[in-house]
Amino acid sequence: MGSISFRNVDKVFGHGAGGVKALDDINLEIADKEFVAIVGPSGCGKTTCLRMVAGFEAASAGSVLVNGRPVTAPGPDRAVVFQQFALFPWKTVRENIELGLRNKNLPIGERNDLVAGALKLMNLETHVDAFPHQLSGGMQQRVAIARAYVLDPEVLLMDEPFGALDAQTRVVMQEELVRLARHNPRTVLFITHAVEEAVYLADRVAIMTRRPGRIKEVLDIKAVRERENWDSHARIEDVMDLESFVHLRTHIWKSLREEKGFKDV
Amino acid sequence: MTSPPLGFRETMLLGLAGLASFIGLWSFLSGSGIVPAQFLPGPLDVASRFIHLLTSPFAGATLPAHLASSFQRYAYGVLLAAAIGVPLGLLMGFFRLLDDIVTPIFDGLRFIAPIAWVPFAALWFGTGIGGPIMIIFAGAFPPCLINAYRGARFVEPRLIEAARMLGTPSSRMILEVLLPAAVPSIIAGLRVSAGLGWQSLVGAELIVAAAGVGFMMVQAQGSVQTPTVMAGMIAIGIVGMLIDILLRQGEGWLRRRRGLES
Repeated sequence: MGSISFRNVDKVFGHGAGGVKALDDINLEIADKEFVAIVGPSGCGKTTCLRMVAGFEAASAGSVLVNGRPVTAPGPDRAVVFQQFALFPWKTVRENIELGLRNKNLPIGERNDLVAGALKLMNLETHVDAFPHQLSGGMQQRVAIARAYVLDPEVLLMDEPFGALDAQTRVVMQEELVRLARHNPRTVLFITHAVEEAVYLADRVAIMTRRPGRIKEVLDIKAVRERENWDSHARIEDVMDLESFVHLRTHIWKSLREEKGFKDV
Repeated sequence: MTSPPLGFRETMLLGLAGLASFIGLWSFLSGSGIVPAQFLPGPLDVASRFIHLLTSPFAGATLPAHLASSFQRYAYGVLLAAAIGVPLGLLMGFFRLLDDIVTPIFDGLRFIAPIAWVPFAALWFGTGIGGPIMIIFAGAFPPCLINAYRGARFVEPRLIEAARMLGTPSSRMILEVLLPAAVPSIIAGLRVSAGLGWQSLVGAELIVAAAGVGFMMVQAQGSVQTPTVMAGMIAIGIVGMLIDILLRQGEGWLRRRRGLES
């Protein structure tokens, strides 16, 4: 189980007259095992939405619920994948992936099995004892995803996870994430400013306005994807050439361009 | 305008030239009689006294024995400062409440020079080993604490968030996140502590001790044996330099192991 609800959520940074309203009346329901991407111009508060679900920030008004319960603090039921990986530089790949399981006090046998599974899932078996600085950015993000997946979280929160990767690595990671998400569906909240990425990965895409961030529109991608059978194409570029894909992408682009200050990325 | 960096040989030559001019000026001042010899002994007198002291006792012990006795107190004082300062600094970096309680007291205390503790050190712990250890501690403690604190306080926030998201309990957060993240800062603090501790030690021994290089120097001064005083100063300088070189090596090794550029 892993549903996420934003109900009339406001977020104000600072106090009193100097306060800046970052989010204005956010309402969004994400069902169990649904993959939702939020796209929006820089500074629209999309990352703040994710950070509130993670428990790193509190809402100024309204409520953020996971499985119907208000979020109070960070926890392993809501695993986060950060843009800058946030791996512990002094821990090996194995130790990074293992930390969350040690915190759960799992017996060592079970822990080793789970770590082995996560390593295999992300093709990291040959790098178990490497330190993060010895790995490429793509490999580091694989470790961070493995570290999140191994916890078997109720929801997975991904904050522009491929934003720091080069274009080719990014494509590979997107394809892998689709493979993961289709074979082992779970609730994902995915933040990005890359429109194609959002359309390719998500079941639904929420478009946000410029500050103060509001949800302007939510598009159902899954219905189109299933109707047009996108998943029969193995490669991302083949999907991106489909007329139905282009249509959705253009729609989101136009919607974002109406927001002043939107920059192409 | 900055000149291009010099090679190892040039650097060594310049260093040697500086040392030679220094010794030359020194010989000139003492040898020409401008400064009387008992006020400023010449380099040769000091060197021969230094060698003499290596084997013949003065003020109860040879120079190496005095150094050993000094170094023992020094090691105790610095280790005690590290053993208390580093954990306390880490805890202060993690628990804001502790930070708010300790910082005002600490900020006041750290500006009191170690030597200012001499009267109380002698009164409370005597002139044997306890008094000097307390003075060394007073010199070495602040950098240990401040650097561990800064290291823990300014850990990359993402790493703290990642650890909290993984459900890491406080004890593990301190030992496996803050401590390793603070290690470069802690090592830098230990280097400063080691230097300040060594300086405080000799100051302390000039006043409260019954053995050690500082004690030897005071005894020599009492009998106007200026070459012995200078031999003591040189020994202090050499040992201080060796301590610093060793710690630098350790720091470099640690940084390379971490994949940080030195």
